[in-house]
Amino acid sequence: MSTFDFLVGIVYLASATLFVVGLHMMRAPSTARRGNLISAGGMVIAVLTTIVFATVNAGGNWIGWAALIVGVAVGAVYGVVQARTVQMTSIPQLVSIFNAVGGGAAAAVAFAEFVAHTDHTQLDLTVSIPIVLDVLIGSITFAGSLIAAGKLQGIISGKPLTFPGARVLNVLVALIALGAAVLALFGAPNLPLLLVVLVASLIFGVLMVLPIGGADAPVVVSLLNAFTGLAVAMAGFAINSQALIIAGALVGAAGTILTLQMAKAMNRSVGAIILGGFGTADVKTSAGSGSDDLTNVRQLTADDVAIQLAYAQHVLIAPGFGLAAAQAQHEVAELAKLLTDHGVDVKYAIHPVAGRMPGHMNVLLAEANVPYDQMLQLDEANAAFGNCDVALVVGANDVCNPDARKPGNAVSGMPILDVDHAKSVVVIKRSMSPGYAGISNPLFTDPKTGMFFADAKQGLADITTAVKEYVTA
Amino acid sequence: MIETLFGNLAIFVLSLLVGVEVISKIPSTLHTPMMSGSNAIHGVVIAGAITIASVANSPAGYVLTFIAGVLAAANVFGGYVVTDRMLQMFTRPTSAKPETSKKDVS
Repeated sequence: MSTFDFLVGIVYLASATLFVVGLHMMRAPSTARRGNLISAGGMVIAVLTTIVFATVNAGGNWIGWAALIVGVAVGAVYGVVQARTVQMTSIPQLVSIFNAVGGGAAAAVAFAEFVAHTDHTQLDLTVSIPIVLDVLIGSITFAGSLIAAGKLQGIISGKPLTFPGARVLNVLVALIALGAAVLALFGAPNLPLLLVVLVASLIFGVLMVLPIGGADAPVVVSLLNAFTGLAVAMAGFAINSQALIIAGALVGAAGTILTLQMAKAMNRSVGAIILGGFGTADVKTSAGSGSDDLTNVRQLTADDVAIQLAYAQHVLIAPGFGLAAAQAQHEVAELAKLLTDHGVDVKYAIHPVAGRMPGHMNVLLAEANVPYDQMLQLDEANAAFGNCDVALVVGANDVCNPDARKPGNAVSGMPILDVDHAKSVVVIKRSMSPGYAGISNPLFTDPKTGMFFADAKQGLADITTAVKEYVTA
Repeated sequence: MIETLFGNLAIFVLSLLVGVEVISKIPSTLHTPMMSGSNAIHGVVIAGAITIASVANSPAGYVLTFIAGVLAAANVFGGYVVTDRMLQMFTRPTSAKPETSKKDVS
């Protein structure tokens, strides 16, 4: 190892350290932003070092560099424009798209490394294995993440899309990809064979995600995020770059942990989500059984809710998917602020999977200028419900279904918000229809619960108007 | 060759463990920015794009370099910008309105 190589190695190590420190600082909202900037600093160092190293080591020719510069310019403009203009409710889709392009880039890097070696007789297995794995994983991620983004965006139907023989086709494509991958490892580098791996993996990625239900899409995005991490690490093995290996492993770990946590919070196993997509059970129980039965339901008007809130001391708001879907984060924040100014203690009880991906609700509320110390996580919130006068549930259902404490139903064992421990409960919801789990929620018929049937956005605005009358009068 | 692989594998495994350790301490409040932020980190694949640009010597190589450049740049630039945009919205507690007091670093 020359002194130059040694120095480059040291600098890569420094940038990897910055990645870890940056992630580490994301454990608190007050330091998270600086953490992200530190991580970006690590990225700048890694990129600059690579440019120096590549110039000195290989040199290259102007066409290659021109292709890179033009490509980077195009990608950077696209990325920055998307990042700047995206609506906060659409964050999950964008994360999925950025994940897709990362996987695609990793696959392209491995493919190019393979192409560069086609004039040689035989690639060493220590290089060819990561290359082939990278093309495989990277392409699956690329195609799969794009489909997942489409589902989240609603371009592709959120319903599980299956057709007769889908499962067989899926296995067949997977076998073709794997078979070609194994063949590509041996003998002289064979470009057509790697192309087969590429195309088959792309098709497999599409087929894998298409049948997965829209509500499960965030879990898939997170899983594919882990895949991209792996693909990038593989690219690191292929071109012998520790920076890529370390960063890839970090992301792989992040994606895996998040996937497991999310699956747990949704009371589903990762296997069931993926396999569910393979055409086995993923059938929602239809909204049938007495969902329109309003006999035991106490209905409220905006005025009723306003009075309850205005005379409360402690209010906990439990926002759910319905709030995110209605983009009502500003309305809820306005109501909370009005009540706070009136002397009511208002906090938010946030379930880990409220919104469209873990932590998404926190981002939406942050967008509406809700300070993060008002956002209670599951454990803090559940400790606070006992002392809470009014729990205001906005567009949430399964995450506060008390039946989760009983065995033998679709939500059994799922961690929930103990909304029913509050002294009284108000639920803003469009109808009595069941949530994703497809079962009825006894909370809605609890004598201390009042239902206010409305769209989250309009309902909250009406309540705010009503509260204003009481406060000023 | 095999020594290099072993060294790299060791780095890979240890990094995975560090990742698990660091990530599992992140509160669910920040899970979306964390996912987006880690997403940006795998944009380091742009270093791979630079490396292949320096060895590209055929039309196929140039095309792949271009593709890798577009995709990796979208990943890394977009990822960091959107993460920053999310995180800067997390306003400090208690500071009700004017954020001119104190430094606006947060």
